Amino acid sequence: MSGTSSPRIVIVGAGPAGIRAAATLVAAGLHPVVIDEGHRAGGQIYRRPPDGFVRTPNQLYGSEAAKASALHALFDQLAREGRLTHCARSSVIAAHDGRLYVLGEGGVKVIGYDRLVLATGASDRVAPVPGWQSAGVYSLGAAQIALKAQGVALGRRIVLIGSGPLLTLVGAQLIKAGADVAAVLDTSSWRRQMRGFSGLAARPTVALRGLALRARLGARYHAGVALEQIEADASGVTAMRWRDAGGRQRLTPCDMVGIGWHLRAETHLADLTGCAFAYDEQWRQWLPKTDAMGRAGNGVYLAGDGARLLGADGAEIAGRLAAAACLADLGRSAPPIQADLRNLARLERFARGLARAFPWPAEMVRTLPDDAIVCRCENVAAGAVREGADFGGGEANRVKSLSRAGMGRCQGRYCQLAAVEIVAAQAGCASREVGRFRGQAPVRPAPVAAFLRED
Amino acid sequence: MITTGRIVRLAERDRADVHFLLDGERRSALAGDTVLTAMLAAGHALRSSEFGPELRAGFCLMGACQDCWVWQEEGSRLRACSTSVAEGMRLRTTPPESWP
Repeated sequence: MSGTSSPRIVIVGAGPAGIRAAATLVAAGLHPVVIDEGHRAGGQIYRRPPDGFVRTPNQLYGSEAAKASALHALFDQLAREGRLTHCARSSVIAAHDGRLYVLGEGGVKVIGYDRLVLATGASDRVAPVPGWQSAGVYSLGAAQIALKAQGVALGRRIVLIGSGPLLTLVGAQLIKAGADVAAVLDTSSWRRQMRGFSGLAARPTVALRGLALRARLGARYHAGVALEQIEADASGVTAMRWRDAGGRQRLTPCDMVGIGWHLRAETHLADLTGCAFAYDEQWRQWLPKTDAMGRAGNGVYLAGDGARLLGADGAEIAGRLAAAACLADLGRSAPPIQADLRNLARLERFARGLARAFPWPAEMVRTLPDDAIVCRCENVAAGAVREGADFGGGEANRVKSLSRAGMGRCQGRYCQLAAVEIVAAQAGCASREVGRFRGQAPVRPAPVAAFLRED
Repeated sequence: MITTGRIVRLAERDRADVHFLLDGERRSALAGDTVLTAMLAAGHALRSSEFGPELRAGFCLMGACQDCWVWQEEGSRLRACSTSVAEGMRLRTTPPESWP
């Protein structure tokens, strides 16, 4: 890492954070390697459809079209000019001792780094609802990806359940595209939503845009609901059973249910590279510890929703800041950061307002019936998780090995927050005391043949 | 009870046809479809669960949940949400007979 040889900098993720980090490093004369799972750069929020699709950015990204197009154009130009190396359709499956193990079409290759920027984004934070293992239940993000990247609705008659900005956004987008949305069921009550108001005032335009989208849902939208059961037959979902805010039981026939409570940071690689974690009481999840710039130590920098759930605008800023931190640590001149730091603080006030307004449904998860599935990968039920806690005590990883919750193919991405909540309830302690599932390599399933081909 | 495809095409319908086999039957999809889109436009599930009685049809569509791994006749598997359908693919909702 002396001034004579160029440092090897790797960025994982080519969403808003990864693209801004890459552009900042390129502007400083460095040549980063950008590893991303997508066919084309953009990430999930600004995901691009395959070649041959004809909808315009306006149709795809709405009010965010200009931002999406700018990021796509910037990244494509840097790649075309050879100022960065883009490893598309590649997954980092393990990290150890300054080396990344990257699964691509030709098998697993090893890429070394001196500095690593992790911009791994987030996935839907889901909570189990009885019956959610049935065919036809999808994350809210999945419903949005299907519409954006494939032009399809995942069902003929759709019910969306959960809470958070994506619930309203996906509902409005599906209706606009011509899908049949039967109901949008929010577990957060109107009163609860008002509690986030002071934070939401930090971005009045975005808050108003959210209200306008909500208005488009009309009578389909119900706040303060209780979710009881996703009914299904042999072919999949047939109805959603729920109670409205007045306690009346309702049954809404449907063949697709979209589910999600805002987002969960994707932190497996931060874990494998030795980052420290802290439990965030507002976002109700474990997040990697960094300074305000995204420095995590050990030459690792974090940016975007994989570190703090601030959304796409926050990810762009955090990407620039992480790159600036990296440049400063390399003894190179870094761009000014004061305005970015101020803006990021404002976005964080807004995001914490969202977290208060649309909370994780802790009580619903804690009181889940014993026979309800918690881990979708291996169909581990709530009762088995509770038995694990009775036998092994209130410690996340012991319950994981006893019950197998979190040991399936998704590696706990979609069950761990719920499993930890249930363990905490059973052991009579706070969620943070239960800890978190340790990340394990490979963080994506990898065929044995992918390793045999090497050397 | 779903008797035809699970998904509904709302846009981007003007694309070339691609043909593939689903459980031995010839089906058509559109160029640019993922395997998941192609299979669910033709049927209502991708596979059965190894741990329960229910069918599965994918969940996250972003390569994170691994719910959508499906078999091919030649014995290899692929992740349906992140693989494009290709002319002549031979896809299965159940493991090949040779699988123990």
